Amino acid sequence: MPADQSLPAVPAEVLVVGADLAGAGRADLLIRDGRFADPATAGAGAERIDADGLVALPGLVDLHTHLREPGREDAETVATGTAAAARGGFTAVLAMANTTPVTDTAEAAEHLAGVGLREGHAQVVPVGAVSKELAGEQLAELGLMARSSAAVRVFSDDGHCVADARLMRRALEYVRALDGVVAQHAQDPRLAGQDACCHEGELSGRLGLPGWPAVAESTIVARDVQLAELTRSRLHVCHVSTAETVDVLRWAKARGITVTAEVAPHHLLLTTDEVAGYDPTFKVNPPLRPQEHVTALRDALADGTLDAVATDHAPHARHDKEHAFGEAAFGMLGLETALAVVLETMVVPGRLGWPEVAARTSVTPAHIARLRGQGRPLTVGEPANLTLLDPAARGVVDRDRSASLSRNNPWHGRELPDPVVATFWAGRATFRRG
Amino acid sequence: MDAVDEHGEQSVQEASGLAETGTAASRLVMDADQIARACARMAHEVLEANRGADGLVVLGIPTRGVALAERLAAAMSEVEGVQIPVGSLDITLYRDDLRRHPTRVVGRSRLPAGVDDAVVVLVDDVLFSGRTVRAALDALGDLGRPQAVRLAVLVDRGHRELPVRADHVGKNLPTRADERVSVRLGEVDGVNEVTISPGPGEDSTGQNGTGQHSSRQNSTGDSPAGTDHPEERP
Amino acid sequence: MRHLLSAGDLSLAEVTGILDLAEEMAQVQARPVKKLPALRGRTIVNLFFEDSTRTRSSFELAGKWLSADVINVSAKGSSVSKGESLRDTVLTVAAMGVDALVIRHHASGAPGQAARWVDAHVLNAGDGTHEHPTQALLDAFTLRRHFRRTEPDRDTFAGKTIVLAGDITHSRVARSNVLLLRTLGAEVVLVAPPTLMPAGVGSWPVATSTDLDEVLPEADAVMMLRVQRERMSGGYFPTPREYTVGYGLTRARLGALRPGVAICHPGPMNRGLEISADAADAANSLILDQVAAGVAVRMSVLYQLLGGEDATPTSSRGDA
Repeated sequence: MPADQSLPAVPAEVLVVGADLAGAGRADLLIRDGRFADPATAGAGAERIDADGLVALPGLVDLHTHLREPGREDAETVATGTAAAARGGFTAVLAMANTTPVTDTAEAAEHLAGVGLREGHAQVVPVGAVSKELAGEQLAELGLMARSSAAVRVFSDDGHCVADARLMRRALEYVRALDGVVAQHAQDPRLAGQDACCHEGELSGRLGLPGWPAVAESTIVARDVQLAELTRSRLHVCHVSTAETVDVLRWAKARGITVTAEVAPHHLLLTTDEVAGYDPTFKVNPPLRPQEHVTALRDALADGTLDAVATDHAPHARHDKEHAFGEAAFGMLGLETALAVVLETMVVPGRLGWPEVAARTSVTPAHIARLRGQGRPLTVGEPANLTLLDPAARGVVDRDRSASLSRNNPWHGRELPDPVVATFWAGRATFRRG
Repeated sequence: MDAVDEHGEQSVQEASGLAETGTAASRLVMDADQIARACARMAHEVLEANRGADGLVVLGIPTRGVALAERLAAAMSEVEGVQIPVGSLDITLYRDDLRRHPTRVVGRSRLPAGVDDAVVVLVDDVLFSGRTVRAALDALGDLGRPQAVRLAVLVDRGHRELPVRADHVGKNLPTRADERVSVRLGEVDGVNEVTISPGPGEDSTGQNGTGQHSSRQNSTGDSPAGTDHPEERP
Repeated sequence: MRHLLSAGDLSLAEVTGILDLAEEMAQVQARPVKKLPALRGRTIVNLFFEDSTRTRSSFELAGKWLSADVINVSAKGSSVSKGESLRDTVLTVAAMGVDALVIRHHASGAPGQAARWVDAHVLNAGDGTHEHPTQALLDAFTLRRHFRRTEPDRDTFAGKTIVLAGDITHSRVARSNVLLLRTLGAEVVLVAPPTLMPAGVGSWPVATSTDLDEVLPEADAVMMLRVQRERMSGGYFPTPREYTVGYGLTRARLGALRPGVAICHPGPMNRGLEISADAADAANSLILDQVAAGVAVRMSVLYQLLGGEDATPTSSRGDA
């Protein structure tokens, strides 16, 4: 583990001086015993961090991460994935269920939560599968997972779409009793064929790559929001990637349907043009789309139609990516660069202020996931989950300087903000810029 | 790098568009009349050596060898009253220096008849190192088995690197190795003349400014594809 | 020329050069000694991830007639299932000291990806549904000879209308031909049912039609593309007979062509589906000429790639 990832001895007190508290203005923060305390009571031995020019956000919460453990520890582990999360300013990650074995039982969920407690550099919250084995046929033991010590509230077959309408209806109905939410990976398998590997459009037609159209996503979302209305239950849409889906979400929210939605950083900046060189680094599900979709997603994140930014951090071993484009694994890394991309695409152009950034990256995700201790105000008494960032810092992304075990980084070589200065989880510094 | 650069030399002149006739830098060694007489004489020599036209197949080596071959064949045909087969034999693919240069453009080979048991008369404009002729002999060998192969050249300028000898020579021209011999024919260049000029690195006083010893090299480099054999488009 | 990955990489001058040289190479086929020494000492590997006896043999002969050392490596079967990445497969082969890799792959883009990893010259022998540049070149060679029968000085296809009909979406031959025919100045018309037209085809420099009968009278050449019966299971068209009635070059449609219009097909043919036996065997069918042209065109391309000096050394390097 890189040196800056080993957990340091916890200083008794940490005084953060003069940070801008999520846009509310500059103030001091005192961290003591895992919570924020009155800065005026800071002792002489407190560690002082000069935060002049820095912004303080509640610790970021990622609704969508793939930690790969258990099953693919060659690509990532709980330890390395959460180390990457801490570097990116995250204090909590929701770990998707498509591991080996799948997280579809209380035992599997508790196992993962336990590993997270022992080895994690951020809070690890297991996501439970909607269907057994992610097969899309029978409901998994949603209730037992919710009642377990892992307290699962978010259920998702991510990687696969819950395509059967009846199963989706049942799942939505069922989780209502658990204060749970069904997070859908919206991709109609009949419109997205087995070989489909990118956005279906002008570029894929020229390149001879089988793709799937935007409507493969939006038609599922259109169906699901109406099921959510019917069942009066909570729906969450994973990784929205199309303008069409944004239109459906606006319609649904206007009707008062309880739907939330997330967008991944790569869909805020990268377009399908990246695929022209057949580089599998840019192969991802949902795929990169043309510019008009990127524009629509930014507009929707600005006005809140998209509630949250979630990374869909998807590490892959080199031998899973170094194939022909059509055969390579889907997915990109994202934890360490997520905030940088949000700054670049939304803050720098003035689309979001710091309060909105805090909402999209921490407060709202925590609320969706029903995480009590996360996404809290930066006030005395609250758990000390804190991300300190320097909005002015920039750098060139180097994929080899990463806490992740994998290197499938689409930002390599790109000049972006490099904002995260320090991350505190439950009062403990999990990342410090060295 | 010096295989068949009699062609290289001509084409460098070609490519640079220099018309050095009569300039201080070059001198004329054969004019149009002298060329015509040499061709006529060689045509008679070939017929004499062959005791007539039987079995003759005249093959010119592109580019200017083809024009010369056609002149010879026409002259011989008129004398003998029969059509003597004439064509071209491109030897680019048989060169021994292909890998030392960018990919060369290949010229046209048009065999008017089979070469088995024929008396093939190879025709070229300048005989220098002899490597072109060696390549032509290799090419002929893959085409069949001639009864005999004769070589007719307009200019023999010496400096053989291989044991090759011309049977019929238009003009023996002693040269320094670094000098350039340029043959221009009406069919290709619009004029008929043979000139000789100082090599690269020499000014008009004949001094070799660069002190190059192995001055076979054209300092401009032996032609990239396209300028070596000015293309006769099919 | 370092690689040949796409027909779109070739300028008109380069195409003309390749076709002219192919005319010279074609003479070798008629000789008793089918050998030219131009590529002596060069090593060419046919790295085929997809079966193709015809194309592979064509490349093999082309290399051998140019005196190169040619070996065939069959890497059929998904590299994913064998657990070896494409990169590892390509680097392993290239590490033997190879001058050129002729790669056929079932996935679009694979030869181009390979070209980034090795120093060897890479020739795309067909990648997924993306391109098949040498096929387009031999089609152009065949068509040029055909047009020159009546117009001996013809250098380009300016003023000619070429119709390509069939499963355009899944046809690498179509994509390469569109690029090459346009470079040669032809007007290109694509004909297919709407389900077999590629996404975004409206932005291609071609005309499109779903009505074969409407465009046939204008054609100077018709290239029928293979339609796989398996496409029915993807719901692209309901039955083979419906396809033939709508889009096949039937005997009746043969009569609608102007006299002397060339008929082409890259093969293998589904006689009776996209092309009738009458059309395939018609007097103006160039199908066999296309097959015969393959070796000469590939010899020409191999010479263009390997016949001169190398700009870079031919050891394999493992560049990311």
